[in-house]
Amino acid sequence: MKERTKLLIIAGVFLAAYFIPWDHGLIRQSGLEAFMMLREYAREHMLTCLIPAFFIAGAIAVFVSQASVLKYFGAQANKLLSYSVASVSGTILAVCSCTVLPLFAGIYTRGAGIGPATAFLYSGPAINVLAITLTAKVLGWQLGLARAIGAILFAFVTGILMSIIFRKDDAARTAGQIYVPDSGDSQRTLLQDSLYLLTMVLILIFASFARPAPGASGFWPMIFSYKWYITAVLLVALAFMVKTWFKKDERIAWVESTWGFMKQIFPLLIGGVLVAGFLLGRPGHPALIPEQYVQSLLGGNSLRANLFASVAGALMYFATLTEIPILQGLLGSGMGKGPALALLLAGPALSLPNMLVIGSVMGVKKTAVFCGIIVVMSTIAGMVYGSFAG
Amino acid sequence: MEIKVLGPGCSRCKNVEDIVKEAVAETGVDAQIEKVTDIMKIASYGVFGTPAVVIDGEVKSVGKVPRKEEVKKWLKP
Repeated sequence: MKERTKLLIIAGVFLAAYFIPWDHGLIRQSGLEAFMMLREYAREHMLTCLIPAFFIAGAIAVFVSQASVLKYFGAQANKLLSYSVASVSGTILAVCSCTVLPLFAGIYTRGAGIGPATAFLYSGPAINVLAITLTAKVLGWQLGLARAIGAILFAFVTGILMSIIFRKDDAARTAGQIYVPDSGDSQRTLLQDSLYLLTMVLILIFASFARPAPGASGFWPMIFSYKWYITAVLLVALAFMVKTWFKKDERIAWVESTWGFMKQIFPLLIGGVLVAGFLLGRPGHPALIPEQYVQSLLGGNSLRANLFASVAGALMYFATLTEIPILQGLLGSGMGKGPALALLLAGPALSLPNMLVIGSVMGVKKTAVFCGIIVVMSTIAGMVYGSFAG
Repeated sequence: MEIKVLGPGCSRCKNVEDIVKEAVAETGVDAQIEKVTDIMKIASYGVFGTPAVVIDGEVKSVGKVPRKEEVKKWLKP
């Protein structure tokens, strides 16, 4: 950071502290909302949902062989396979942008070409485990599922469209030696690895099992009443697997990578929750931005609301996971379900800073087409989803 | 000896740079360490993942933080 930027930041903080009318009722209300929303995350989502999800992300990063996936991105790879793998591989390859962009540049210049590269570029940040889990937990499973399906479908279609539009350029690329991360030899079978991941996913599901509607009877309330016993049994099973199947340095690597994700994502998420709470408040509680603004711009399911949501999402930068508290605030202030999905689909994959980097890799024209395709498809998906979900 | 650390500036990439610097200092080899952050330059090495370490044009590790002992082994002639 330059000295001048530091000075500007300090001056900005000083001016804000000096001039903002902190004792005004609206500011007090907004400040209170910021911390009430933070408490909601700490009480409802942190222990049962986020912590298990971090351990799953850590395990995926360390134990799932990246090499086995990356071979489908080589220049000689089967095209259909290449697209399919690119559309879903975000779940295991990408949790931070430091993997997404270099891998995108690699696939584009040396590997399977522009189609799979853009498919991966889109799917990477949109469908990682943490994002989908927290969306489903905070915003409801319908939106979580719509986000996952939409992201995979979009990735596939975007990739195909890009490769059709720019098929001539693709022939000019140079194929060369590529290097993928080495897989590391493990003594476990695929079955053991799958059981281990499955156990963690089940822990996540049962620990964060939602209280069924009052008066409901039958299967779901029964599961709910036993959820802590089931979770405890699963935890014992997990401890047994970790103890017997993994070597000491593997266990250390797992904890280290989980801790790495936590360090990276928690501060950003806390900041995002505070900002969302301050500006928008929890559902049913007004804060700084009046609800009628949100309703008039993003309410209902009109073409204008959906288009506005996807363009705003495409331009705005959301740090990992912060799109969720912001969207929660917007939904609570009267945003429609359709525009919410449009923003979720266009948001995390695109941002202004991101576009600049993509532009430096594949040029302005292709970047513009890529962004255009995503904005148009997000708008359409928002309208379709909105007409179902209301 | 010419060592390049490829990575766009995430925390893991800085980690690798530190480890390489320490390894060079401890073994006392004569080496220049360069950090490559430009995405296109990184792609031109054909690496499908960062952080990566390239020594004298040869790709040594991709997509992981190598241990210091490993790096020291690569530095031996």
